[in-house]
Amino acid sequence: MSDTFQRIKEIVVEQLGVEEAQVTPEASFINDLGADSLDQANIVNALEEAFDVEIPDSDAEKIATVGQAVEFVDSHK
Amino acid sequence: MSRRVVITGLGPVTSIGIGVDKFWSSILSGKSGISRVKGYDASRFDTQIAAEIHDFPVEKFVSKKEQKRMDRFCIFALAGAQLALEDAGMTSETYPKDRVGVIVGSGIGGIGSIETQHEILRSKGPERLNAFLIPMIIINMGSGLVAIRYGFKGPNTSVATACATGTHAIGDSFRIIQRGDADAMIAGGAEACITPLAMGGFCALHAMSRRNNEPERASRPFDKGRDGFVMGEGAGVVVLEEYEHAKNRGARIYAEVVGYGMTCDAHHITAPLDDGSGIAAAAEFAIRESNLSIEFFNYVNAHGTSTHFNDKFETVAIKKVFGDRAKKIMVSSTKSMTGHMIGAAGGVETIVCALSVSRNQVPPTTNYEEPDPDCDLDYVPNEAREAEVTAALNENLGFGGHNAVLALSKLK
Repeated sequence: MSDTFQRIKEIVVEQLGVEEAQVTPEASFINDLGADSLDQANIVNALEEAFDVEIPDSDAEKIATVGQAVEFVDSHK
Repeated sequence: MSRRVVITGLGPVTSIGIGVDKFWSSILSGKSGISRVKGYDASRFDTQIAAEIHDFPVEKFVSKKEQKRMDRFCIFALAGAQLALEDAGMTSETYPKDRVGVIVGSGIGGIGSIETQHEILRSKGPERLNAFLIPMIIINMGSGLVAIRYGFKGPNTSVATACATGTHAIGDSFRIIQRGDADAMIAGGAEACITPLAMGGFCALHAMSRRNNEPERASRPFDKGRDGFVMGEGAGVVVLEEYEHAKNRGARIYAEVVGYGMTCDAHHITAPLDDGSGIAAAAEFAIRESNLSIEFFNYVNAHGTSTHFNDKFETVAIKKVFGDRAKKIMVSSTKSMTGHMIGAAGGVETIVCALSVSRNQVPPTTNYEEPDPDCDLDYVPNEAREAEVTAALNENLGFGGHNAVLALSKLK
């Protein structure tokens, strides 16, 4: 498991109040982790701050799963 | 004849007790909820005391995820609603969902969240602001969240009349049931403004007690040594039901809401009228609507903030309403124990009146030590009293000159 995944898992647990075990790479923020669009905005916000990356809205819309978030961060940091 | 309205559920969330049993035993024993502020470093403030709710069992009322999305005042609103519904034995299925409404107001709303987010704006920039900032701070979100949780689709609005909020919310809900727009209402107020900005603002108004070394003695309504109010927090929420519906489902009825009056002083932003005429007129409206003889009213839960002018002018107002009988009326201010819960005050104090009427127990005004010649009524000093309460008034005044009075009686 990459450091990025581990850090994102912490952020998701903190933001959504879910169990760590639920946060798998395949997990969809909306369908599996109970997020709504406002939660997603806050997660993107937290990712930008934690990894010092900028995530434009057009890219944010494509991040539907935890794995996609990890991929985005790894390819932009 | 308009429909009758009764109180069937009570949800107090206060520094001296959460839920009816704990709250009422604290009230009767004269317990103080006031201590030195723990929520932030208050050492640079003129006032360093408040009636904070310490160790609030938040997990009983909202999930971890919900906590992230809500200001403390909304958590209190949900807690008050949950307690009141449980106390009423009412679930979201008791009535058709479009026949139940909600008015849970707040005087100030999510000021704590405004402060935290403003700090982020200043230190990290606008991109880092919380997506929940606006839904966290708006005053109407208390009513919105209660409706969302239980699916209540009936009338839903909010009240923001400062310290009169809770009483207006219950009074307006009473009207909604009377005229047939709903069969039950969840009503009251919630407040969470023991924060640096809010407390600093009230300090700047010179409105709060500075008796920092004696927190439990600081809120002393009607006592000669009073020097300002003490901030409280929490919620006071009640369940109101149309009488026939409540009777048919076998609900326990605490009291009947028999009258509601509201006026405005139209005088000054913070000071009440010195002849007490604004609040007196509101009380007279409530008494007139009740169709009860004024002789029936023998308890007033006063606004009684422990400020010099409020207590003096409210005394004048009670004399104006009751004339020669004024000195025979039991008048108490439970703010001596709960502190001044601002938008929640009217909700909590309506709960006090409902319990007084239902149980024939009258709460004391604590810390009453030295009589003030300007305040010469029976303030039920320091000891609760067993006495039949035939009908009661709950009075609240808010900055802006708002006056609200509810009249409660035993079931007619």
